[in-house]
Amino acid sequence: MDLSSRRGLDFFIFCVFLSLFYGSRAEVPSKPTAGVTILPPIKPDSGPQPYPDDEKSNLPVFTMNYPRIQIPFEITLWMLLASFAKIGFHVYHKITVWVPESCLLVSIGLIVGAIMHSVHEKPPAVLSSNVFFLYMLPPIVLDSGYFMPTRPFFENVGTVLWFAVVGTLWNSIGIGMSLFAICQIEAFGVQDINLQENLLFATIVSAVDPVAVLSVFEDVNVNEQLYIVVFGECLFNDAVTVVLYSMFSFVAEMPVVEPVDVFLGVARFFVVGLGGMGFGVLFGFVAAFTTRFTSKVREIEPLFIFMYSYLAYLVAELFAISSIMAIVCCTLTMKYYVEENVSQRSCTTIRHVVKMLGAISETLIFFFLGVVTITTDHEWNWGYILFTLLFAFIWRGLGVLVLTQIINPFRTIPFNIKDQFGMAYGGLRGAISFALAFTLPDNITRKHLFVTATIVIILFTVFLQGISIRPLIEFINVRRTNRDNDTINVEIHSRLMEHTMAGIEDICGQWSHYYWKDKFMKFNNRILRKILLRDNRAESSIVALYKKLELQNALEILDTVSGDISAAPSLISLQEEKKNSTKPKKKFSASDLKNMHDILSKNMYKIRERTVAFTSKHALPNDNQRREILIRRHSSVRRSLRPGSFQTRMVPKSQKYFSLPPGESLNSRFPPTRRSFADDQETMSEVAYPARRSRFGKRSSSGAMMPLHRLDTLKEVSSVDVLNESERGSTGQDSQPRPQRFRRHLSAHDDNGSADNVRTAQDEVEEEEEDRPQASPSPAWAAEPRNDTPRNPLLRRPQWNDKK
Amino acid sequence: MGSRASTLLREEEIEEIKKETGFSHSQITRLYSRFTSLDKGENGALREDQVNFRGFMRTLAHFRPVEDNEKNKNVSNTEPLNSRTNKLHFAFQLYDLDRDDKISRDELLQVLRMMVGVNISDEQLGSIADRTIQEADANGDGCISFTEFMKVLEKVDVEQKMSIRFLH
Repeated sequence: MDLSSRRGLDFFIFCVFLSLFYGSRAEVPSKPTAGVTILPPIKPDSGPQPYPDDEKSNLPVFTMNYPRIQIPFEITLWMLLASFAKIGFHVYHKITVWVPESCLLVSIGLIVGAIMHSVHEKPPAVLSSNVFFLYMLPPIVLDSGYFMPTRPFFENVGTVLWFAVVGTLWNSIGIGMSLFAICQIEAFGVQDINLQENLLFATIVSAVDPVAVLSVFEDVNVNEQLYIVVFGECLFNDAVTVVLYSMFSFVAEMPVVEPVDVFLGVARFFVVGLGGMGFGVLFGFVAAFTTRFTSKVREIEPLFIFMYSYLAYLVAELFAISSIMAIVCCTLTMKYYVEENVSQRSCTTIRHVVKMLGAISETLIFFFLGVVTITTDHEWNWGYILFTLLFAFIWRGLGVLVLTQIINPFRTIPFNIKDQFGMAYGGLRGAISFALAFTLPDNITRKHLFVTATIVIILFTVFLQGISIRPLIEFINVRRTNRDNDTINVEIHSRLMEHTMAGIEDICGQWSHYYWKDKFMKFNNRILRKILLRDNRAESSIVALYKKLELQNALEILDTVSGDISAAPSLISLQEEKKNSTKPKKKFSASDLKNMHDILSKNMYKIRERTVAFTSKHALPNDNQRREILIRRHSSVRRSLRPGSFQTRMVPKSQKYFSLPPGESLNSRFPPTRRSFADDQETMSEVAYPARRSRFGKRSSSGAMMPLHRLDTLKEVSSVDVLNESERGSTGQDSQPRPQRFRRHLSAHDDNGSADNVRTAQDEVEEEEEDRPQASPSPAWAAEPRNDTPRNPLLRRPQWNDKK
Repeated sequence: MGSRASTLLREEEIEEIKKETGFSHSQITRLYSRFTSLDKGENGALREDQVNFRGFMRTLAHFRPVEDNEKNKNVSNTEPLNSRTNKLHFAFQLYDLDRDDKISRDELLQVLRMMVGVNISDEQLGSIADRTIQEADANGDGCISFTEFMKVLEKVDVEQKMSIRFLH
């Protein structure tokens, strides 16, 4: 972590140096010095003297060599200043509620710029294109891409691309044309701007900026759809902007535009867009693959992430294709695999550093926006600038309106008027426009006018729209969202719904994004994970979330407790208060910290050894064996957990994928195997499963069947004979009676508090279930050879990966 | 298939289904042909479950996207089948097997076991189930009632999650 930020700094310094000496693309008027040179460079006395060894010069006790450290020093000072400003904002809470941070930063920048201007200093050449595009922009984009919620993004990817591509085109061309029309009016005195230049300017101005938008939208908490679409649009309109910009700047220098150029422009757009994505995905995969092997070098794991993303960005810049798309696609691809491969600490490190770099860059950008505003040469033209503002608004509003109308029929949840307003109003421009304006080629005569107009637009949108968007959105009551939906409930139920949806879609024979998502997950599990992951063993996200929540709980308790352990509200005591079933209560019997540690580790551990119990088809479940394993924990367990030692069959490929294509029978999918049981107190619930398993296997695989069946056979609940149902065919209609049986069984267990055999005569189920450790496979199992447990691979338990 | 479908499905039926579920005529016809293609035994019902087409449509009706103007049309009767509450009720029923309007820990465990069974022990699953109930259970009875279920999911965009765009 330190390494990467230091490297960033080094590059930064180096580049500032370069920009000093080259200045070829550094159009920023602040050419020479890289900062405040209040002190003239002091040559120390020990410098080379014409007369060496003058007897007068003694050994200097205290020297000062400012130029040597000048550049890094100033950079650090600027960063500190901006960060102090950020701290300062939060001192008074109310400010940040009403005014987004970006505005505040810009204001501070303005003040500092004014100060600098008054003492006739030049601001650092930070917003020259090289420095901006190579050093300040990538961290922000990395931040956005890394923390982009992938699921809603992919669900809305069509809308996002639609708005990004078509919307930006619409905006640019619309604004350009109308400005050109304005230019024709003599009164404004801007007739010398021709169409190409207008279009070029319009491209710059229509680029919605992710930095500005995100910093505002984050606070407002709009609904997820809206957020994702605006967010995605910002990130992806870079492709269009790049193409249009290069096309128009190329064209602006030419006197005549030919139709060929338009075609070439379109072709170039595809190259830019798809190339950016392609490079990003490529680098993402390479990064994921690399992290597969980094288990021995954990300290530098985060470095790979940063280097690969940055490399993706630079390579894209090399080919002048959309670098923002490259880096976004790289992070999207990489994140999933990397977070499984790296250690927990590296994961945390990566996240923190990404956030930190993003925050720093963003702060600096806004800050310097303010500074440079004061110190550039402006050219003011009332008419042009005001009309630019006007047209920017109008065209954005129109664009959103029209585009939404076109795409709403294709969306599951259409955008209503309020959402559209939010989208239109949330189109803030920011630093990208600014940097693009500065990189305009100098042969455009009205360059300063463009720069001024861009600055005005940026300031206007950031300030006015940024400040007013929150009250407006609250006023018109856009559908809000609450991001804190990290409860287990939501995760589980959402997943259930998704499975249901996939099943229903299979029934209907029509596909929407769930189908593609399932397809991709299949492909993912089959191929990608094997290649890219070190430990290719699936961990369900529900489990991951649960672990995370438990860890958080534990950490919270650790934080709040300062010695008085029993006073801390612990997870355990919460559980006890809730009067749950007896089983978990027993587990969480202790309430002090040490036990909690033990429990956590024991729980985590037990997962590992749990899977050991899954023996082969013909082996009897042996409780003693398992207990032994409990005892001889460490090395032997790991040994015995090597893949292949306990698995009887290859786990079928689709582990989380339920729907059955029509026509296939269940048994072809899930060959029946036997499962062994381990029964302990804790596994009481598991013991009850076998009875259900057949139903579940069928249920899961015939997702289509389940809901249909439910609704109509409500009446069958109570009266079915146990035996009969065990002999029925593989149709799963015994779902209703099973719960009765199951329930009885379970309550029996509950009473005894142990999983040892409670054989009630009525419960034939118990013969099926091996509640005793050494129970032999019951005849009931044999009686349903075809039917029994269409072995749902989900219910099998392959080895746990001891990752951490 | 198309012609056979239309002969088996009478107009009045289509009208009834339309009123009950809210699907359009073309959607119903299309789904009927789909139903018949699934119905291998040509029983008029899917497999031996005796799920007839009405039941099929009724179920599918839950997954229609929620429309804003739905409220205007269906003023008289109860909520349309694809309202948010009904969608949630559908999901609730997936858990609640014995139809006692409560999701008990065991029912939850069963569903969890199906969904999560790859790499997790029962004990952990039990903990997850406990935590789920703990989060949702407002009245402390150890089960999740439908009201509690709805409350837990109040911030989730169920309308979008449980909707399919039915093709016309």
